[in-house]
Formats: sequence, structure tokens, C-alpha cells
Amino acid sequence: MTDTAVAVPGDAHDHAHDHAHPDYLAHHFDTPQQQFDAAKIGMWSFLVQEILFFSGVFVAYGVFRSWYPETFSAAAQQLNRPMGATNTVVLLFSSLTAALAVRSSALGKQKETTRWLILTIACAFIFLTVKYFEYAHKFEGGLLPGKYFHPHAAHLVAGSPVLPANSHVFFSIYFMATGIHGIHVLVGIGVFLWILKRNLRGDFKQYNAGVDMAALYWHLVDLVWIYLFPLLYLID
Amino acid sequence: MATVATHQTGGHAHDPNELDYLAAKGFKSWALTLDHKRIGIMYLVAVLMSFALGGVLALLVRLELFTTGHTIMSAAQYNKVFTMHGVVMVFLFIIPSIPAAMGNIFLPIMLGTKDVAFPKLNLASFYIYCFGACFGLYALLHGGVDTGWTFYTPYSSKFSETPVIPMIFAAFVMGFSSILTGVNFIATVHKMRAPGLNWRRLPLFVWSMYATSIIQVLATPVLAITLFLLIFERAFGLGIFDPSMGGDPVLFQHFFWFYSHPAVYIMIVPGMGVVSELICTFSRRAPFGYMFIAMSSLGLALLGFLVWGHHLFVAGMSEYATMVFSGLTFLVGIPSGVKVFNWVTTLYKGSISLESPMLYGLGFIFLFTIGGLTGLFLAMLAVDVHLHDTYFVVAHFHYVMVGGTVIAFIGGLHYWWPKFTGKMYNERMAQVAFGLVFVGFNVTFLTQFVLGSRGMPRRYYDYLPEFQSLHQVSTMGSWLLGAGFLVMLVMFIQSLTSGKKAPRNPWGSAALEWQTPTPIPFHNFLEQPVITRGPYDYHLATEEELAHD
Repeated sequence: MTDTAVAVPGDAHDHAHDHAHPDYLAHHFDTPQQQFDAAKIGMWSFLVQEILFFSGVFVAYGVFRSWYPETFSAAAQQLNRPMGATNTVVLLFSSLTAALAVRSSALGKQKETTRWLILTIACAFIFLTVKYFEYAHKFEGGLLPGKYFHPHAAHLVAGSPVLPANSHVFFSIYFMATGIHGIHVLVGIGVFLWILKRNLRGDFKQYNAGVDMAALYWHLVDLVWIYLFPLLYLID
Repeated sequence: MATVATHQTGGHAHDPNELDYLAAKGFKSWALTLDHKRIGIMYLVAVLMSFALGGVLALLVRLELFTTGHTIMSAAQYNKVFTMHGVVMVFLFIIPSIPAAMGNIFLPIMLGTKDVAFPKLNLASFYIYCFGACFGLYALLHGGVDTGWTFYTPYSSKFSETPVIPMIFAAFVMGFSSILTGVNFIATVHKMRAPGLNWRRLPLFVWSMYATSIIQVLATPVLAITLFLLIFERAFGLGIFDPSMGGDPVLFQHFFWFYSHPAVYIMIVPGMGVVSELICTFSRRAPFGYMFIAMSSLGLALLGFLVWGHHLFVAGMSEYATMVFSGLTFLVGIPSGVKVFNWVTTLYKGSISLESPMLYGLGFIFLFTIGGLTGLFLAMLAVDVHLHDTYFVVAHFHYVMVGGTVIAFIGGLHYWWPKFTGKMYNERMAQVAFGLVFVGFNVTFLTQFVLGSRGMPRRYYDYLPEFQSLHQVSTMGSWLLGAGFLVMLVMFIQSLTSGKKAPRNPWGSAALEWQTPTPIPFHNFLEQPVITRGPYDYHLATEEELAHD
């Protein structure tokens, strides 16, 4: 080994003892840019697999909706559109606040970042609260997946058509799709709480990849909902 | 931690931990390591144990089939044993075998970098694998599952009385380990290459790992959602795979094979990468048509996604769909053929030496070709109606998976063993083991092509008396195969306990991983390598680089 161990062209000034290796740069990366690029391509690959994970539910939806179109449009009327629409707006807004958190962290505005992160987390909680009321209503009405599907006439939406055969398939897909999405929202809350903690500690003053990656994940969660909402709620 | 560079002058004593990645001792130095080489070795130990378990189950299956009717176990036990053989071999052994074990150890070294892009994620992948494997073992200890490794509905979702959910959950969890390894390798190949290492200089093993990673990221999540739905189907009666509730069991087969066909390429493409390295090193020659071999890996990755329907030719798919899938399946022959022809052409006028890794390399070409060509029989619709679910299919995929991937894995193990253990092994024993494995394998599975073409259905416990002699030959072949692996095990253990110290470059290879010292330094290289030639440019390599020490 020589004393200038890094033989990277253009990096030769990096003498060992004054090697510019800040805390946030992991030992196996040469530059923050390289570390950031690696994080970005890793995150995008991960998001691709997320889309394929959801694809199974979407394909099942497509198959059964083409098999039972009337069933789907009748069953969809049991979903609460105002609540679904509220959640859509809430999630869209939270995507905006997440993006603003990325921007403020890139500008080194720690306090502003904190504010946007808290807003994002709050929106996620609002989403889950609304979802809780929706789920509770379905549970009361016996609108449950598969073999637990026993609708009580008293709890159905007034004036809605009679639920045709195989309506349980719609609710199987509804609960699987929104359930998996809900788990992703929960994970998102966990991720943003961790990012918030790191932001308060001042981790992102010079290098904000963490905020950026969390926001990318959050946009995906938002995007999936943008597709789920019309496909499940708006189809009669 | 600082980089390799601590301010020492040349020749100054190094920290022993920097010079040898195996130097640090103790449980914690392994359990909490972020070093890709150590993680790779932990994977290697885990997959080899899984291989031994799956192998014992295979021997039991063959032993039961030695005579018609009851030989050593009941029909119900037989169903569990062949299912567990399949599950263990597919999910615990073969999928992580080359990528997670050898890829982890050598991908960063071949790229001339210190580690994979996300070392913590890498360790997490390993623990996720272990976590999943625990559920698999739980299912095994609770009597095992009897659905077949394909978990077809509605049997798996409604009727089986075995612990199906833990087993499915195990495969679900291990899938995430595979996905995260794929994500890690994609980022590593894109962003961590040494200066001068452009895409045209990438080792073919790296190309194949890259193609494999793409499949892992794109296909495995589909398995995850399928198994997730299946868990809910079984636990809560969702009904989407249950025809009596308006669901569709064939949809499960589509979902399952949308993953599991690409998964076949997760298994074989890394093997092709290993063999490309073996052929080049032991022919002392650059590969014929480097870019064609590299691109055919990506071609297989792409085509792998378009052919899942050929598993459903007799499952009630539309005739038009079967024709399309049949046509697409034939296309797989093109990239596979490109590889085989290019390997053979690489040998031409090469300076070939027949050390044990090369024997496996050549064995691979021979066996994989048989496995590949018999795949074309099955792609043909009319022929498949007869051969579907017979021993012909069993023989076909064992020729590809064992004759292909396992042979490549073992070949790679022989090839890289001196580098990552720092020890040589007994070459004579290695050659004896190869002979036993090669002959044993062919005796076991060549007979099964005959059995299948005569109508012996797969997964059956009992068979007609006229099949008995071929079944007995096959079973005896499995003993030879087992004996071969036993000799190999003894050889490797002997190498670890009393093997000669390995030189830096025992095979005289020009590739980058042989240029770093043995034992491998903690940061892979003592200083950052700068790449000025391709890994197979023997005409550009210096005498010093090709020398053994």
C-alpha cells in the first residue's frame, strides 16, 4: 500500500490523513454524489418491485370485474364515496408536503423540514382514521371478504341495488387491496417518524438522501391509492 | 471508518484485520458483520445445509420408488417428502445459491469496489432469509406439507391438512430476501464500478448477476402477492381462487408461474455466468462473442417473463393463448443456443486445462444442452399433452436445475474456493467426486426421460410393474450421485482442516478477483484498482498478473 491509497483519477489530492470523508458518507463510497446515486437507483428498483407487488391485486381485480361486471358496479355502491374522496385529497396533499420537506431539507432549512414532515405524518394518520371508520362500517354491515360475507339489509346504503351473487369477491379484493395499501401507509408513518427524528438530530444539514428516499416511497403509496380509489369507488 | 488508506508508509506493518477478512474472530464478528464476503460465506453455509437436507429428502423419494407400492413410507408420507424436497431445493437452496452466496462474495471484488452499495441491507437480507427458513423448518418439523412445491389451489387452500400456511409464509419471507439482494446488486453494478471498468469490461458473471437481479426485482414481488393472497384464501376463505365461490384456481396458476417461470432463470442465468468464467479461465482465452453472451443473459431475463403460460397448456387456457405461449417458448432457445455455441467456440484453439472446475464447466455445457433441448419438446403443444406432468418433465428440469445450476454452483465453488478460503483442495478427490456426480446424475435422470415418454406420471407413489426396472436404475443412480457429494464434502472439510495454503492465482486467470491477494484483504484490495483491460484480455495481462503467486 502506498500512502496515497486512493488512485482514482481526479481524486489524487485525497491524502489519507486529510481524506474528505464526512460522517454521512459511508466508508465504501468515494463521494456523496456516488452514495446519493446508489440510494436513488436502489430506491427506484425497490419501487418497481412495489408496483409489481400490487400488480397481483390489480390483475385479480381486472379478471373478476370482467367476469362479474354487474356485481362489481352494484357492490361498489356500498363504498362510501365522500370518505374515499376525502382520503384521496388527504393523500395528495401529503405527497405535496413530503415533496416540500425534500425541498426544504435540500436548502438546509431544518425547522421548515420538521414542519413539513409533521404535516405529512398527520395526513397519514387522518387517512388511517377515515379508513378505520370505513372498515368499521363494513364490518357492521357484514360486508366482509369471502366466506364471512353476510350483508345485513339494515346496514346497506339506502336505495342501493340488491347485492348480486359473488359480491363477496368484490369485498375480498376491496379488503386485500386497501388492506395492503393501509399496511404501506403504516410503514410510511414509521419511516417518516424515523426521518423526523433524524431531522431533529440535524442529520440532513448537508446530505438529505434520507428525506428524499422516504418521500419517493410516499409518492408511490399515494400513486397506488390514486388508482385504487376510482377502480373501487367510482364504477357504477 | 476511514478508507483503506491509513497514513502508513509502504511496507509498514498493516493491521492483520485489514489484510485478511477472515482474521477477526468471535460470534459477533460474523453475526453483525457488514462485510459482503462474510455475509456471502454465511449464505454459503446456509445454502449448503439446505442442499444437504433437500438431498437427503431426494434420496428418500428415490428409495421409496425402488419397488412398486410400499417400500419405506406411506403414500401420505411420500407426498410430504417430495413436497419438502421441492420446497427446500427451490426456495432455500437453489434461488439463493449462486447469487446470494457467490455473488455476494465476488460481485464487489469483480467490480473493484469495497462492498455492495447497501451493506446493512445485505446483512438484513441474510437474516430475512433465516427468518423465512425458520418457518420452513417449523412446517417440516410439524410433519411437512403435501401440496407439491407449486402450492396449487384449491388443494392447498382448502383440502390439505398439513401446515401449509407456515410453509407459504416461509416462501413469502424468503422472497423479500431475494428482492433486496437484487436491489442491492443492481445499485452496486450501476454505481460502484472501479475507475476504468466500463460495461464492456464487466466480467460475464457480473452481467449474469445483473440480469438475475432484474428478474428478482420484477418477478419475486408477484410471488409475494400470490402467496399473500393464498394465505388469506386459506385462513379466511377469500374465495378468489375457489371455483365454488366464484373464484378461479387457474388464476393462481397464472400468478404462480408469472413468478416461477422467471424464477427458473433466476436459477439458471447465474449458473451460466459461472460457466462463462470457468470456460474462459481454463481455455486461457477471451470468450467468443463477449457481448452476445452478455446480452443473451438479458435476453433470457426478458423472455422469461413472456412464457409462463407453457406451464398451463393442459390447465384450461384458450387455444390461442397456448399457441402464443408455445411460440414464445421456442424463442428461449435462441439466447440459450447463443451461449452454448459461444462457449464451445471459445474452447476452439484455447489452451485448455482440465482441472476440476473446468470439468464442471464442460459437464454443464453437456447437461444443460440436453436439458434445454428437451425443453423444446415440452414447448410443442401436441407433444406436451402427452408429456405434461410425466417423468419427462421431471427429467427435463432436473437436467437444467441440477445438471445446469447445481453443476455450475459446484464448479464455481471449486473455482473460487482457494480465493475465499485461502486453502487448496485435493484435486484427485475432486475429480473422483466429479466422475461420480456426472455418472450418477445421468443414470438417475436419463432413465426418467424414458419413463416419462412411456407414460409414468410425476408425483405418483405407485407405478405399473413394467416401470420397475427403470425406476431401480434411477434409484441406484441417485446413490452414485449421493456418494459423489459425500466425497466432495470430505474433500472440502479436509481442505479446510489441512489443505495447502492457496497461492494468489492458482489457475493463472487474468480476471480481477485473482489479482487481489489471498487471503482477501478486508477492503478487497490493498489499494483502489484502476481497470485498464477486460477480465479476459490474456494478451494484455502481464506475466506477473497471470503468475500463480
